[in-house]
Amino acid sequence: MLSRILLALSLVLLVTSLALIFFVVPTERTMGVVQRIFYWHVPLAWNSFLAFFVVFIASVAYLWKRTKNWDILASASAEVGVVFTTLFLISGSIWAKPIWGVWWTWEPRLTTALVLWLIYIAYLLVRAYASSSERGARFAAVVGIVGFLDVPIVFLSITLWRTQHPSAVIFTGGLADPRMILTLVVSIFTFTALYALLLVQRVAFKKGEEDLRRLKRLAESE
Amino acid sequence: MTFWRKVFAITWKDVLSEFRAREIITSVLVFTILVIIIFNFAFGERVEMVAVAPGMLWVTFTFAGVLSLNRSFILEKEDGCFEGLLVSPASRDVIYTGKMLASLVFLLVIEAIALPVFAFLFNLTVLTPEITAITLLATIGFVACGTLFSALATNTKARELVLPILFLPVVVPVIIGAVNASELALSGKSWGDMTGWLGILAAFDVVFLTVAYLVFDYVIEE
Repeated sequence: MLSRILLALSLVLLVTSLALIFFVVPTERTMGVVQRIFYWHVPLAWNSFLAFFVVFIASVAYLWKRTKNWDILASASAEVGVVFTTLFLISGSIWAKPIWGVWWTWEPRLTTALVLWLIYIAYLLVRAYASSSERGARFAAVVGIVGFLDVPIVFLSITLWRTQHPSAVIFTGGLADPRMILTLVVSIFTFTALYALLLVQRVAFKKGEEDLRRLKRLAESE
Repeated sequence: MTFWRKVFAITWKDVLSEFRAREIITSVLVFTILVIIIFNFAFGERVEMVAVAPGMLWVTFTFAGVLSLNRSFILEKEDGCFEGLLVSPASRDVIYTGKMLASLVFLLVIEAIALPVFAFLFNLTVLTPEITAITLLATIGFVACGTLFSALATNTKARELVLPILFLPVVVPVIIGAVNASELALSGKSWGDMTGWLGILAAFDVVFLTVAYLVFDYVIEE
Protein backbone atom coordinates (compact mmCIF):
# COMPACT_ATOMS: atom_id res chain seq x y z
CA MET A 1 0.00 0.00 0.00
CA LEU A 2 2.76 2.42 1.02
CA SER A 3 4.68 1.72 -2.14
CA ARG A 4 1.50 2.28 -4.26
CA ILE A 5 1.03 5.70 -2.68
CA LEU A 6 4.69 6.56 -3.16
CA LEU A 7 4.55 5.41 -6.77
CA ALA A 8 1.54 7.61 -7.51
CA LEU A 9 3.10 10.53 -5.65
CA SER A 10 6.43 10.16 -7.49
CA LEU A 11 4.70 10.00 -10.87
CA VAL A 12 2.59 13.09 -10.25
CA LEU A 13 5.56 15.01 -8.87
CA LEU A 14 7.87 13.94 -11.71
CA VAL A 15 5.40 15.18 -14.32
CA THR A 16 4.81 18.42 -12.38
CA SER A 17 8.52 18.99 -11.97
CA LEU A 18 9.18 18.41 -15.70
CA ALA A 19 6.31 20.74 -16.63
CA LEU A 20 7.67 23.44 -14.33
CA ILE A 21 11.20 23.04 -15.69
CA PHE A 22 10.23 23.15 -19.36
CA PHE A 23 7.19 25.46 -19.45
CA VAL A 24 7.06 27.61 -16.35
CA VAL A 25 10.47 28.54 -15.06
CA PRO A 26 12.17 31.47 -16.84
CA THR A 27 15.50 30.89 -18.57
CA GLU A 28 18.44 31.96 -16.45
CA ARG A 29 20.08 35.13 -17.81
CA THR A 30 23.76 34.20 -17.95
CA MET A 31 23.72 30.43 -18.46
CA GLY A 32 20.73 30.00 -20.73
CA VAL A 33 18.62 26.91 -21.26
CA VAL A 34 21.18 24.41 -19.94
CA GLN A 35 20.80 25.86 -16.45
CA ARG A 36 17.46 24.01 -16.24
CA ILE A 37 19.39 20.82 -15.47
CA PHE A 38 20.10 22.46 -12.11
CA TYR A 39 16.52 21.70 -10.98
CA TRP A 40 17.22 17.97 -11.09
CA HIS A 41 20.92 18.09 -10.33
CA VAL A 42 20.54 19.71 -6.90
CA PRO A 43 17.66 17.47 -5.68
CA LEU A 44 19.66 14.40 -6.71
CA ALA A 45 22.63 15.66 -4.72
CA TRP A 46 20.56 16.47 -1.64
CA ASN A 47 18.82 13.15 -1.70
CA SER A 48 22.03 11.21 -2.12
CA PHE A 49 23.27 12.89 1.06
CA LEU A 50 19.98 12.00 2.71
CA ALA A 51 20.44 8.39 1.56
CA PHE A 52 23.95 8.19 3.04
CA PHE A 53 22.74 9.78 6.25
CA VAL A 54 20.11 7.02 6.46
CA VAL A 55 22.91 4.48 5.88
CA PHE A 56 24.83 5.99 8.78
CA ILE A 57 21.85 5.94 11.18
CA ALA A 58 20.81 2.41 10.15
CA SER A 59 24.42 1.18 10.49
CA VAL A 60 24.71 2.52 14.03
CA ALA A 61 21.32 0.99 14.86
CA TYR A 62 22.35 -2.34 13.35
CA LEU A 63 25.57 -2.60 15.36
CA TRP A 64 23.65 -1.67 18.47
CA LYS A 65 20.49 -3.78 18.10
CA ARG A 66 21.69 -6.46 15.69
CA THR A 67 18.33 -6.80 13.98
CA LYS A 68 18.36 -7.77 10.32
CA ASN A 69 15.89 -5.02 9.37
CA TRP A 70 18.35 -2.24 10.15
CA ASP A 71 20.91 -3.89 7.92
CA ILE A 72 18.40 -4.25 5.10
CA LEU A 73 17.50 -0.57 5.42
CA ALA A 74 21.18 0.45 5.37
CA SER A 75 22.05 -1.59 2.29
CA ALA A 76 18.91 -0.52 0.38
CA SER A 77 19.60 3.13 1.14
CA ALA A 78 23.25 2.77 0.08
CA GLU A 79 22.19 1.32 -3.27
CA VAL A 80 19.76 4.17 -3.96
CA GLY A 81 22.38 6.65 -2.74
CA VAL A 82 24.98 5.30 -5.17
CA VAL A 83 22.49 5.51 -8.07
CA PHE A 84 21.57 9.09 -7.14
CA THR A 85 25.21 10.09 -6.76
CA THR A 86 25.99 8.58 -10.18
CA LEU A 87 23.12 10.54 -11.76
CA PHE A 88 24.14 13.70 -9.96
CA LEU A 89 27.74 13.37 -11.17
CA ILE A 90 26.54 12.77 -14.75
CA SER A 91 24.04 15.64 -14.70
CA GLY A 92 26.74 17.87 -13.23
CA SER A 93 29.06 16.97 -16.11
CA ILE A 94 26.41 17.71 -18.72
CA TRP A 95 25.80 21.07 -17.08
CA ALA A 96 29.51 21.85 -16.71
CA LYS A 97 30.46 21.24 -20.33
CA PRO A 98 28.65 24.20 -21.94
CA ILE A 99 29.15 26.51 -18.95
CA TRP A 100 32.75 25.89 -17.94
CA GLY A 101 33.89 24.32 -21.21
CA VAL A 102 35.03 21.14 -19.46
CA TRP A 103 33.26 17.95 -18.41
CA TRP A 104 34.92 17.92 -15.08
CA THR A 105 36.45 20.39 -12.69
CA TRP A 106 38.03 19.74 -9.29
CA GLU A 107 35.53 21.96 -7.57
CA PRO A 108 35.11 21.07 -3.85
CA ARG A 109 31.52 19.85 -4.06
CA LEU A 110 32.14 17.78 -7.19
CA THR A 111 35.32 16.27 -5.81
CA THR A 112 33.69 15.48 -2.48
CA ALA A 113 30.82 13.81 -4.36
CA LEU A 114 33.30 11.71 -6.31
CA VAL A 115 35.08 10.58 -3.14
CA LEU A 116 31.69 9.90 -1.54
CA TRP A 117 30.68 7.80 -4.53
CA LEU A 118 33.90 5.76 -4.24
CA ILE A 119 33.42 5.20 -0.50
CA TYR A 120 29.90 3.83 -1.01
CA ILE A 121 30.98 1.67 -3.94
CA ALA A 122 33.51 0.21 -1.48
CA TYR A 123 30.62 -0.19 0.98
CA LEU A 124 28.72 -2.33 -1.54
CA LEU A 125 31.86 -4.30 -2.45
CA VAL A 126 32.71 -5.12 1.17
CA ARG A 127 29.22 -6.53 1.57
CA ALA A 128 29.62 -8.62 -1.57
CA TYR A 129 33.06 -9.95 -0.63
CA ALA A 130 32.19 -10.98 2.92
CA SER A 131 32.24 -14.70 3.60
CA SER A 132 28.83 -14.70 5.28
CA SER A 133 25.89 -12.32 5.12
CA GLU A 134 26.07 -11.63 8.85
CA ARG A 135 29.73 -10.68 8.51
CA GLY A 136 28.97 -8.60 5.44
CA ALA A 137 26.32 -6.73 7.40
CA ARG A 138 28.74 -6.00 10.24
CA PHE A 139 31.59 -4.91 7.95
CA ALA A 140 29.31 -2.77 5.81
CA ALA A 141 27.93 -1.08 8.93
CA VAL A 142 31.47 -0.18 10.00
CA VAL A 143 32.19 1.29 6.55
CA GLY A 144 28.83 3.10 6.60
CA ILE A 145 29.76 4.81 9.87
CA VAL A 146 33.41 5.54 9.10
CA GLY A 147 32.64 6.72 5.55
CA PHE A 148 29.95 9.14 6.65
CA LEU A 149 32.14 10.67 9.37
CA ASP A 150 34.90 11.09 6.80
CA VAL A 151 32.78 13.26 4.48
CA PRO A 152 33.07 16.56 6.41
CA ILE A 153 36.86 16.15 6.67
CA VAL A 154 37.06 15.36 2.94
CA PHE A 155 34.98 18.43 2.10
CA LEU A 156 37.02 20.65 4.41
CA SER A 157 40.35 19.50 2.99
CA ILE A 158 39.20 19.81 -0.62
CA THR A 159 37.77 23.28 0.02
CA LEU A 160 41.03 24.39 1.58
CA TRP A 161 42.92 22.86 -1.33
CA ARG A 162 40.81 24.55 -4.00
CA THR A 163 40.73 27.98 -2.40
CA GLN A 164 44.45 28.19 -3.05
CA HIS A 165 43.80 27.77 -6.78
CA PRO A 166 41.35 29.68 -8.95
CA SER A 167 37.93 28.11 -8.65
CA ALA A 168 35.00 28.17 -11.00
CA VAL A 169 32.03 30.39 -10.37
CA ILE A 170 28.86 28.39 -9.72
CA PHE A 171 26.17 31.00 -9.54
CA THR A 172 26.33 34.65 -10.29
CA GLY A 173 22.73 35.73 -10.44
CA GLY A 174 21.25 33.57 -7.72
CA LEU A 175 17.66 32.36 -7.81
CA ALA A 176 16.16 35.71 -8.65
CA ASP A 177 12.72 34.61 -9.79
CA PRO A 178 10.18 33.09 -7.33
CA ARG A 179 9.27 30.54 -10.05
CA MET A 180 12.85 29.25 -9.88
CA ILE A 181 12.54 28.65 -6.15
CA LEU A 182 9.16 26.97 -6.63
CA THR A 183 10.59 24.64 -9.30
CA LEU A 184 13.55 23.76 -7.13
CA VAL A 185 11.38 23.03 -4.10
CA VAL A 186 8.97 20.87 -6.13
CA SER A 187 11.91 18.98 -7.65
CA ILE A 188 13.43 18.36 -4.24
CA PHE A 189 10.13 16.86 -3.06
CA THR A 190 9.97 14.86 -6.30
CA PHE A 191 13.28 13.19 -5.71
CA THR A 192 12.64 12.69 -2.02
CA ALA A 193 9.45 10.83 -2.98
CA LEU A 194 11.38 8.84 -5.59
CA TYR A 195 14.06 8.04 -3.01
CA ALA A 196 11.39 6.84 -0.56
CA LEU A 197 9.74 4.75 -3.28
CA LEU A 198 12.99 3.07 -4.36
CA LEU A 199 13.96 2.52 -0.73
CA VAL A 200 10.64 0.89 0.15
CA GLN A 201 10.82 -1.31 -2.96
CA ARG A 202 14.39 -2.42 -2.28
CA VAL A 203 13.65 -3.11 1.38
CA ALA A 204 10.63 -5.22 0.44
CA PHE A 205 12.71 -7.07 -2.15
CA LYS A 206 15.52 -7.78 0.28
CA LYS A 207 13.07 -8.95 2.94
CA GLY A 208 11.57 -11.31 0.36
CA GLU A 209 15.04 -12.64 -0.42
CA GLU A 210 15.66 -13.15 3.27
CA ASP A 211 12.36 -15.05 3.69
CA LEU A 212 13.13 -17.21 0.68
CA ARG A 213 16.54 -18.08 2.09
CA ARG A 214 14.97 -19.02 5.41
CA LEU A 215 12.36 -21.21 3.73
CA LYS A 216 15.03 -22.91 1.65
CA ARG A 217 17.05 -23.70 4.77
CA LEU A 218 13.91 -25.00 6.41
CA ALA A 219 13.11 -27.19 3.41
CA GLU A 220 16.63 -28.57 3.34
CA SER A 221 16.58 -29.49 7.00
CA GLU A 222 13.25 -31.34 6.68
CA MET B 1 47.98 -5.67 33.84
CA THR B 2 47.04 -2.15 32.94
CA PHE B 3 45.73 -1.18 29.50
CA TRP B 4 49.04 0.18 28.23
CA ARG B 5 51.12 -2.77 29.42
CA LYS B 6 48.87 -5.12 27.44
CA VAL B 7 49.04 -2.80 24.43
CA PHE B 8 52.82 -2.75 24.53
CA ALA B 9 52.89 -6.53 24.86
CA ILE B 10 51.04 -6.81 21.52
CA THR B 11 53.15 -4.12 19.87
CA TRP B 12 56.32 -5.77 21.14
CA LYS B 13 55.16 -9.16 19.81
CA ASP B 14 54.78 -7.64 16.32
CA VAL B 15 58.06 -5.76 16.48
CA LEU B 16 59.90 -8.86 17.71
CA SER B 17 58.49 -11.13 15.00
CA GLU B 18 59.28 -8.48 12.41
CA PHE B 19 62.80 -8.19 13.81
CA ARG B 20 63.27 -11.96 13.42
CA ALA B 21 61.51 -12.49 10.08
CA ARG B 22 62.32 -9.09 8.53
CA GLU B 23 59.36 -9.43 6.22
CA ILE B 24 57.35 -6.21 6.17
CA ILE B 25 60.02 -3.55 6.54
CA THR B 26 62.47 -5.08 4.07
CA SER B 27 59.99 -5.76 1.30
CA VAL B 28 58.04 -2.52 1.69
CA LEU B 29 61.31 -0.58 1.73
CA VAL B 30 62.42 -2.18 -1.52
CA PHE B 31 58.98 -1.46 -2.96
CA THR B 32 59.21 2.17 -1.83
CA ILE B 33 62.55 2.67 -3.54
CA LEU B 34 61.17 1.03 -6.69
CA VAL B 35 58.22 3.40 -6.74
CA ILE B 36 60.53 6.39 -6.34
CA ILE B 37 62.63 5.15 -9.27
CA ILE B 38 59.53 4.58 -11.41
CA PHE B 39 58.44 8.14 -10.68
CA ASN B 40 61.83 9.28 -11.86
CA PHE B 41 61.23 7.54 -15.20
CA ALA B 42 57.74 8.98 -15.41
CA PHE B 43 58.79 12.58 -14.83
CA GLY B 44 62.46 12.49 -15.82
CA GLU B 45 64.22 15.78 -16.22
CA ARG B 46 61.26 17.52 -17.83
CA VAL B 47 59.78 18.93 -14.68
CA GLU B 48 60.93 20.98 -11.75
CA MET B 49 61.51 18.46 -8.95
CA VAL B 50 60.21 20.72 -6.19
CA ALA B 51 56.84 20.89 -7.97
CA VAL B 52 56.25 17.14 -8.14
CA ALA B 53 58.23 15.97 -5.10
CA PRO B 54 55.43 16.35 -2.51
CA GLY B 55 53.02 14.37 -4.70
CA MET B 56 55.63 11.69 -5.40
CA LEU B 57 56.53 11.42 -1.75
CA TRP B 58 52.95 10.90 -0.61
CA VAL B 59 51.88 8.58 -3.39
CA THR B 60 54.89 6.45 -2.46
CA PHE B 61 54.10 6.50 1.25
CA THR B 62 50.41 5.79 0.64
CA PHE B 63 51.24 2.68 -1.41
CA ALA B 64 53.82 1.64 1.16
CA GLY B 65 51.15 2.08 3.82
CA VAL B 66 48.63 -0.12 1.98
CA LEU B 67 51.24 -2.84 1.48
CA SER B 68 52.49 -2.86 5.03
CA LEU B 69 49.02 -2.58 6.63
CA ASN B 70 47.81 -5.50 4.55
CA ARG B 71 50.52 -7.73 6.00
CA SER B 72 49.66 -6.71 9.55
CA PHE B 73 46.57 -8.93 9.75
CA ILE B 74 47.35 -11.46 7.02
CA LEU B 75 50.29 -12.63 9.15
CA GLU B 76 47.94 -13.05 12.11
CA LYS B 77 45.66 -15.24 10.03
CA GLU B 78 48.42 -17.77 9.44
CA ASP B 79 48.57 -20.70 11.89
CA GLY B 80 45.60 -19.33 13.84
CA CYS B 81 47.58 -16.55 15.52
CA PHE B 82 44.56 -14.33 15.47
CA GLU B 83 42.40 -16.83 17.35
CA GLY B 84 45.18 -16.96 19.95
CA LEU B 85 45.04 -13.20 20.24
CA LEU B 86 41.26 -13.26 20.61
CA VAL B 87 41.26 -15.80 23.44
CA SER B 88 44.05 -13.98 25.27
CA PRO B 89 42.95 -11.77 28.18
CA ALA B 90 43.52 -8.70 26.00
CA SER B 91 40.30 -6.86 25.16
CA ARG B 92 39.47 -5.82 21.60
CA ASP B 93 40.47 -2.20 22.08
CA VAL B 94 43.84 -3.36 23.41
CA ILE B 95 44.32 -5.42 20.24
CA TYR B 96 43.46 -2.41 18.07
CA THR B 97 45.81 -0.07 19.89
CA GLY B 98 48.63 -2.63 19.97
CA LYS B 99 48.38 -3.51 16.27
CA MET B 100 48.01 0.16 15.35
CA LEU B 101 51.17 1.11 17.25
CA ALA B 102 53.11 -1.75 15.64
CA SER B 103 52.06 -0.59 12.16
CA LEU B 104 52.99 2.96 13.14
CA VAL B 105 56.47 1.82 14.15
CA PHE B 106 56.94 -0.12 10.88
CA LEU B 107 55.79 2.74 8.67
CA LEU B 108 57.87 5.30 10.55
CA VAL B 109 60.96 3.11 10.19
CA ILE B 110 60.27 2.76 6.45
CA GLU B 111 59.75 6.51 6.08
CA ALA B 112 62.84 7.29 8.15
CA ILE B 113 64.90 5.31 5.65
CA ALA B 114 63.01 6.41 2.53
CA LEU B 115 63.17 10.15 3.24
CA PRO B 116 67.01 10.36 3.18
CA VAL B 117 66.97 8.24 0.00
CA PHE B 118 64.53 10.71 -1.45
CA ALA B 119 66.68 13.65 -0.38
CA PHE B 120 69.73 11.98 -1.85
CA LEU B 121 68.20 11.05 -5.23
CA PHE B 122 66.39 14.30 -5.92
CA ASN B 123 68.60 16.77 -4.09
CA LEU B 124 65.81 17.97 -1.83
CA THR B 125 65.95 19.14 1.75
CA VAL B 126 63.29 16.88 3.21
CA LEU B 127 64.98 16.24 6.54
CA THR B 128 63.47 19.22 8.31
CA PRO B 129 61.35 19.47 11.49
CA GLU B 130 58.39 20.55 9.30
CA ILE B 131 58.50 17.46 7.07
CA THR B 132 59.04 15.26 10.14
CA ALA B 133 55.93 16.66 11.83
CA ILE B 134 53.83 16.31 8.66
CA THR B 135 55.03 12.73 8.16
CA LEU B 136 54.23 11.82 11.75
CA LEU B 137 50.72 13.31 11.64
CA ALA B 138 49.89 11.76 8.26
CA THR B 139 51.25 8.35 9.25
CA ILE B 140 49.14 8.32 12.41
CA GLY B 141 46.12 8.99 10.18
CA PHE B 142 47.12 6.14 7.87
CA VAL B 143 47.48 3.57 10.64
CA ALA B 144 44.44 4.79 12.59
CA CYS B 145 42.02 3.89 9.81
CA GLY B 146 44.33 1.40 8.06
CA THR B 147 44.44 -0.96 11.04
CA LEU B 148 40.63 -1.05 11.15
CA PHE B 149 40.30 -1.69 7.41
CA SER B 150 43.14 -4.22 7.38
CA ALA B 151 41.39 -6.30 10.04
CA LEU B 152 38.18 -6.02 8.04
CA ALA B 153 39.80 -6.88 4.70
CA THR B 154 41.54 -10.05 5.92
CA ASN B 155 38.14 -11.42 6.95
CA THR B 156 36.67 -11.06 3.45
CA LYS B 157 37.02 -13.37 0.47
CA ALA B 158 39.06 -10.94 -1.60
CA ARG B 159 41.45 -10.18 1.29
CA GLU B 160 44.28 -7.89 0.16
CA LEU B 161 42.18 -6.42 -2.64
CA VAL B 162 39.68 -4.93 -0.23
CA LEU B 163 42.10 -2.78 1.77
CA PRO B 164 43.11 -0.31 -0.99
CA ILE B 165 39.50 0.02 -2.18
CA LEU B 166 38.41 1.05 1.31
CA PHE B 167 41.55 2.80 2.46
CA LEU B 168 42.29 5.11 -0.48
CA PRO B 169 39.03 7.07 -0.69
CA VAL B 170 38.84 7.44 3.08
CA VAL B 171 42.40 8.79 3.48
CA VAL B 172 41.90 11.45 0.77
CA PRO B 173 42.04 14.25 3.40
CA VAL B 174 45.35 12.91 4.73
CA ILE B 175 46.85 12.80 1.25
CA ILE B 176 45.62 16.32 0.37
CA GLY B 177 46.83 17.66 3.71
CA ALA B 178 50.21 15.96 3.60
CA VAL B 179 50.94 16.90 -0.03
CA ASN B 180 50.02 20.55 0.41
CA ALA B 181 51.80 20.95 3.72
CA SER B 182 54.93 19.27 2.26
CA GLU B 183 54.76 21.60 -0.74
CA LEU B 184 54.77 24.61 1.57
CA ALA B 185 57.54 23.11 3.69
CA LEU B 186 59.74 22.33 0.68
CA SER B 187 59.37 25.85 -0.66
CA GLY B 188 60.63 27.18 2.66
CA LYS B 189 57.40 28.52 4.12
CA SER B 190 57.00 28.89 7.88
CA TRP B 191 54.86 26.89 10.30
CA GLY B 192 52.22 29.62 10.26
CA ASP B 193 51.41 28.99 6.57
CA MET B 194 50.81 25.30 7.22
CA THR B 195 48.46 25.58 10.19
CA GLY B 196 45.36 24.82 8.11
CA TRP B 197 46.84 21.64 6.67
CA LEU B 198 48.33 20.45 9.96
CA GLY B 199 44.92 21.11 11.51
CA ILE B 200 43.21 18.88 8.96
CA LEU B 201 45.77 16.11 9.53
CA ALA B 202 45.34 16.39 13.30
CA ALA B 203 41.53 16.42 13.02
CA PHE B 204 41.60 13.31 10.85
CA ASP B 205 43.89 11.58 13.36
CA VAL B 206 41.64 12.39 16.30
CA VAL B 207 38.40 11.42 14.53
CA PHE B 208 39.76 8.15 13.14
CA LEU B 209 41.60 7.06 16.28
CA THR B 210 38.35 7.53 18.20
CA VAL B 211 35.97 5.98 15.67
CA ALA B 212 38.24 3.05 14.80
CA TYR B 213 38.78 2.37 18.51
CA LEU B 214 35.01 2.29 19.04
CA VAL B 215 34.03 0.11 16.06
CA PHE B 216 37.05 -2.23 15.93
CA ASP B 217 35.16 -4.65 18.13
CA TYR B 218 32.60 -5.31 15.37
CA VAL B 219 35.26 -6.03 12.76
CA ILE B 220 37.06 -8.86 14.54
CA GLU B 221 34.21 -10.53 16.38
CA GLU B 222 33.77 -14.11 15.18
